[in-house]
Amino acid sequence: MSSPVMTKEGKVRDLRSKEEIRAERRKGRTGVYLVLPGLLVLVLFFALPVVVLLAMSLYTRPPGAEIGQFVPALQFSNYATVLGAYWPELMRSFGFALIATTLALIIGYPMAYLVAVRLRERKLLQGILLVLLIAPFFSSFILRTQSWKQILADEGFVAQTLKAVGLLASDGHLTATAFAVVAGLTYNFLPFMVLPIYANLERLDTRLLEAAGDLYASPLTTFRKVTLPLSAPGVFAGTLLTFIPAAGDYVNAALLGNNRNTTMIGQVIDSRFFRVIDYPGAAALSFVLMVSILILVTVYIRKFGTKDLM
Amino acid sequence: MKQKLGRWLIPVVGGLAFVYLLVPIAYIFAFSFNDAGRTNLEWRGFTWDNWANPCGAPAVCESLANSIQVGVVATVFATALGTCIAIGLVRYRFRFRNLTDVLIILPLATPEVVLGASLLAQFLNLGWELGYGTIVISHVVFCMSFVIVTVRARVSSLDPRLEEAAADLYASPRTTFWKVTFPLLIPGIVAAALLSFAMSFDDFIITNFNSGNYQTFPKFIYVAATRGIPAQANVIGSAMFLLALIVVIIGQVMAHRKRKALEQAQ
Repeated sequence: MSSPVMTKEGKVRDLRSKEEIRAERRKGRTGVYLVLPGLLVLVLFFALPVVVLLAMSLYTRPPGAEIGQFVPALQFSNYATVLGAYWPELMRSFGFALIATTLALIIGYPMAYLVAVRLRERKLLQGILLVLLIAPFFSSFILRTQSWKQILADEGFVAQTLKAVGLLASDGHLTATAFAVVAGLTYNFLPFMVLPIYANLERLDTRLLEAAGDLYASPLTTFRKVTLPLSAPGVFAGTLLTFIPAAGDYVNAALLGNNRNTTMIGQVIDSRFFRVIDYPGAAALSFVLMVSILILVTVYIRKFGTKDLM
Repeated sequence: MKQKLGRWLIPVVGGLAFVYLLVPIAYIFAFSFNDAGRTNLEWRGFTWDNWANPCGAPAVCESLANSIQVGVVATVFATALGTCIAIGLVRYRFRFRNLTDVLIILPLATPEVVLGASLLAQFLNLGWELGYGTIVISHVVFCMSFVIVTVRARVSSLDPRLEEAAADLYASPRTTFWKVTFPLLIPGIVAAALLSFAMSFDDFIITNFNSGNYQTFPKFIYVAATRGIPAQANVIGSAMFLLALIVVIIGQVMAHRKRKALEQAQ
């Protein structure tokens, strides 16, 4: 714990936040009692399961054993096997998630800006749009994804119109394509992108934008030099909240994709567990997915991170 | 020219994005009135029947009741445990505090499929039968992190002077907590509980890994998707949506009134 330090100017400054100083006054056991039950749940049903998952990823199936019978071992070759077989699916998941996150940012930022800044004076409209932004959380996401499937179906209105206009080949499809999967991912995680950016832009002092304008900055320059940097923490949180679930998702790929070139890693993990009954393989893939995301997120935080994430 | 473009670009793009967000919801709502029969794929005419008899299709209401039950129980546990952790973390110093921090953040940075798979590995390892109990446990785990983050923000933003004032007026720490701190935390706790219920109610991936044969509403729709979802599912989806809309609107109106009242008082 840091104590008061001398700054360059020779003043004594306490590096601890006010909150920390206050908290220090109230040491004692109460904190431990408050945290212990929840912590126990997290240890038993989060930390320990991850360790079990790691152990299971090294299990082996002895020759002649029944399907689903595995014995503890240290068979590291499990990783080579599944990575060799499912490398394309793993890369595709990250690729899809990256495209979906980028699209969600491009679509979501104007939404957040519209609600938080442009409609600041019009409270009623702002309130309505805010409600609509939260609303999708309360209608089943599988039902919505399935609706997209029906809206984009070959015999549906959208596909027929696109074909009539010539934007889609007469034997083309909208569903069962990589396009549909990425659109579904973008759609489903869009609110996770918009809400943090909204929360950030809501506090934006618009006088700063006026000041930039007064100093002859073009609207684009103002956006690039003032608005965007000020909303960076929101963008940062939004991209993480979109990318992480998108990379592990398999509902969109299962409902909107095909079996050839849209399979995502989540589908593989699911089918290794439940169809193929290959627990070690599924566990190894899960572990690889978890570690890759943690590495990506850490690199991202190091590079662009801000402290006030939470 | 450029100025004008800028002025219109954001409302147009933002507006279109809202349409994109709401199209499937409008579709679900419209097709809840479809005279569909067994597969609700194309429009066959308007009917009130589905709304009059939402439990008409097999397993719709059973799975809905299961989902509500799981959601309520998981929310109660997640909110209680999470609120205690949030208060403990902000207000007290103790050993393992950093470890606790990591254990809260990690589930949020872990994709659902990995959470589901690791819990399944744990349950298989313990030899527990998959079903209601294992679903509730898994939901408590992933909801708790959201509760902690939400409530913690509220605890951190509390004005400590209010508690100090209570102490100055000879309130015991216990009285201060129940008469000052806790009432101030209630909006945050309610928000966390609502979020937790919404996450639990809509969860498919983690549930799919840890539910065995136990049916939940998302699971029911996912399985039904291959054969055609009954229009009654659209009724339930729309009704949940409308209910949530009403709750959120009431919340907004109340917040608006409170703001007005405060402004007048000043």
